[in-house]
Amino acid sequence: MALAKSSGEDAVAPAPRQASVFGLAVANRGVLWGGALLAAMALIAAVGPFFTGDATALNPIQRLKPPSAELWFGSDFLGRDIFARVVAGARISLAVGVAVAVVSIAIGLLLGLVAGYIRALDAPVMRVMDGLMSIPGILLAIALVSLSGATLMTVIVAITVPEIPRVVRLVRAVVLTVREEPYVEAAIAAGTRTPLVMSRHILPNTIAPLIVQATYICGSAMLLEAILGFLGAGIPPEIPSWGNIMSEGRTYFQISPWIIFYPGIALAATVLAVNVMGDGLRDTLDPRIARKM
Amino acid sequence: MSAPVLDIRGLSVSLPKGADRPLAVEDVTFSVNAGELVCVVGESGSGKSVTAFAVMGLNPKRSLKAVAGEILLQGVDVLKQSTRGLRRLRGEKMAMIFQEPMTALNPVMKVGEQIAEMLEIHSDLGPAKRRARVLEAMRDVNLPEPQSLYHAYPHQLSGGQRQRIMIAMALTLEPALLIADEPTTALDVTTQAQILALIKDIQRRHGMAVLFITHDFGVVAEIADRVVVMRNGRVVEQGAAAEILTAPRDAYTQMLMAAVPSLTPPERPQPKPAPPALEVSGLNKVYGGGGWFGRGRQVHAAQDVELTVRPGETLGVVGESGSGKSTVARCVVRLVDPTSGIIRIGGADVARLGERRLRPHRRDIQIVFQDPYRSLNPRRTVGQSIVEGPMNFGMGATEALAKARELMTVVGLSPEALERFPHQFSGGQRQRLCIARALAMEPKVLIADEAVSALDVSVQAQVLDLLADVRARFDLAMLFITHDLRVAAQICDRIMVMRHGQVVEQGPTREVFGNPQHAYTRALLDAAPGRETRFASAVSCPPAPT
Repeated sequence: MALAKSSGEDAVAPAPRQASVFGLAVANRGVLWGGALLAAMALIAAVGPFFTGDATALNPIQRLKPPSAELWFGSDFLGRDIFARVVAGARISLAVGVAVAVVSIAIGLLLGLVAGYIRALDAPVMRVMDGLMSIPGILLAIALVSLSGATLMTVIVAITVPEIPRVVRLVRAVVLTVREEPYVEAAIAAGTRTPLVMSRHILPNTIAPLIVQATYICGSAMLLEAILGFLGAGIPPEIPSWGNIMSEGRTYFQISPWIIFYPGIALAATVLAVNVMGDGLRDTLDPRIARKM
Repeated sequence: MSAPVLDIRGLSVSLPKGADRPLAVEDVTFSVNAGELVCVVGESGSGKSVTAFAVMGLNPKRSLKAVAGEILLQGVDVLKQSTRGLRRLRGEKMAMIFQEPMTALNPVMKVGEQIAEMLEIHSDLGPAKRRARVLEAMRDVNLPEPQSLYHAYPHQLSGGQRQRIMIAMALTLEPALLIADEPTTALDVTTQAQILALIKDIQRRHGMAVLFITHDFGVVAEIADRVVVMRNGRVVEQGAAAEILTAPRDAYTQMLMAAVPSLTPPERPQPKPAPPALEVSGLNKVYGGGGWFGRGRQVHAAQDVELTVRPGETLGVVGESGSGKSTVARCVVRLVDPTSGIIRIGGADVARLGERRLRPHRRDIQIVFQDPYRSLNPRRTVGQSIVEGPMNFGMGATEALAKARELMTVVGLSPEALERFPHQFSGGQRQRLCIARALAMEPKVLIADEAVSALDVSVQAQVLDLLADVRARFDLAMLFITHDLRVAAQICDRIMVMRHGQVVEQGPTREVFGNPQHAYTRALLDAAPGRETRFASAVSCPPAPT
């Protein structure tokens, strides 16, 4: 065919060099620094408590001691070692952050897929979500905690519930755009069953925005857990979460500011790391950039 | 003769590193005189838009840098201007109109004020005088009731009216040079004809120089005084329009001309008498009207549509945007549910079947979409995309893959390419892949919904050949949806003309083109650009062998 040679129709372009998502993500400064700080925090949370002293051991002789060589972060009004307590608190914070992110993404993804793909269920699901969103998060958490008692599980549930509608909205928005793509319609026309259309052609498009959303949820869950602890509506006071430590230190803030200062720094640094990493991931996973991969 | 208004000499523009070639535009030289309309034609990637943007100084400074040559606008080198100098030249000396009039206008500003803004920036006229000038400019581009349109927002206007506003905006300062970058590509054919006439008329009245970028040879034939043909960043040929269109010297130009489908339908063999593969009667589709609170606005997208297609036959559905032609296609494939009517595929009515009972019939009817870049899942290899359908119907993976390899050869691609991802293919190749995917289902009916509209003219010719070839080879009944009458003339046995959801005329292609019965069909045919020009060696697609 005379025309074929001019445009080189038969020649398929050589495979461009494919950079992995992981490689691209690490190349991003935010992901690198945020990730490194988080990894350090996770390591401290995992092994730290074995090296520090008992976080709950009382020592009335050394009450309200300022930071020193023996007591790095000082001690509180019961003589407990703040450093040991902050390290122990890292476990709680990270556990709450990760658990809330995973559970709310899982439930939100499922509901979002259903609402976005099955037209008949769209309105009912979304109206329930609108209802959930209109309840202030902290109020709902306090209500749930006071109804069912303060345990780690209740706190996680209490923080997860208000996060779900945000995930549902995000997933539904992605599904609504992707379901109109000709390749999805081609799959439907080829007789692909609905669950397969969803898992094969629609679900992969939601992964990138969800990873980013997960980091934000994780950060805000840690903050919320600390706020609930601070308000006395969180995890039982004998467990050294960052919020609990700060709550107890509130009374002594003017004479021993370190009780609030160090857990505060730990909380701020962790949330910052999560958010910086989220920003970096958003940049690397953005479809406009990802297309160049 | 006086000096040209625009004189481009030896212009080269670099591409960023890692592109497929070092220069976007290489050693381009041509000029535009006052009162002259020069068309720059070329396929995608030819560098025609980069040239136009270089004249306006609108190319991104880092990635597309002019590395050699000069662009003289009335003797002033545009390339040597500062940002401020450029800003003054734009508007006063040169102005540009774009392809997409909706995105080129600010959606939250009244159109009259957008035109007035040009005067506010570039002149010291008072508000009252500005308003008077704007109304005059709006009258100049034949906008009805300028007084009330002044206060309209862009979304309240039609596509043609928006493009008129853009032209009025470009003309308010009476520039010496007007650059038009595919200004009618997004418009319907009848609107396109009006806008082309308007540009030509204004150019004559104001004695302006016009640089007109297009890919459409029909448009070139309609308006050009001179033609510059570009390919891969170089000028391959330039000269008077009549000369280039009828007797091109360069081989590439000859190939382009030959690829332009003729408006005269060829003689077609009578289809064999056979029971229809697709039979639609009384098809209606109404959008809207639902909602929880009261009834929404209703749109009757298809009204009492009747059609039949026999095996080995192509029925063309032509019409402008909003005519309901795509709605008919989507109802027939059951991507949307028809409101009422009967759709018989091979004798069985599928119009009202639920998804479960519909599935066995799905393989009988396949569709190829317009946009080759969105028709294949970017995350799956083309092999996975092609075998998906057959495997849905129980074919084994090995068998399906063997079939996919065979089909790749049928559509003219290497079977090895099945491992590749869609982004590694060109637009034309992707459209071939979509055809292969559709054929993998062994359908009885193939629907091509504007399947060649997004392709360059030379690639379009190849894909049309392929469609004609597979139709004959697999005895397919084909429903060919298009807005392009030239394409319809060449590939269709019968034509159905739609307007506002209704079929206004139906008949054999030669009869509809030769002796249109309905006024709208006549208007469509009259509006087809370049209908009187007979392009050099315009060869038509060979009729399907029977």
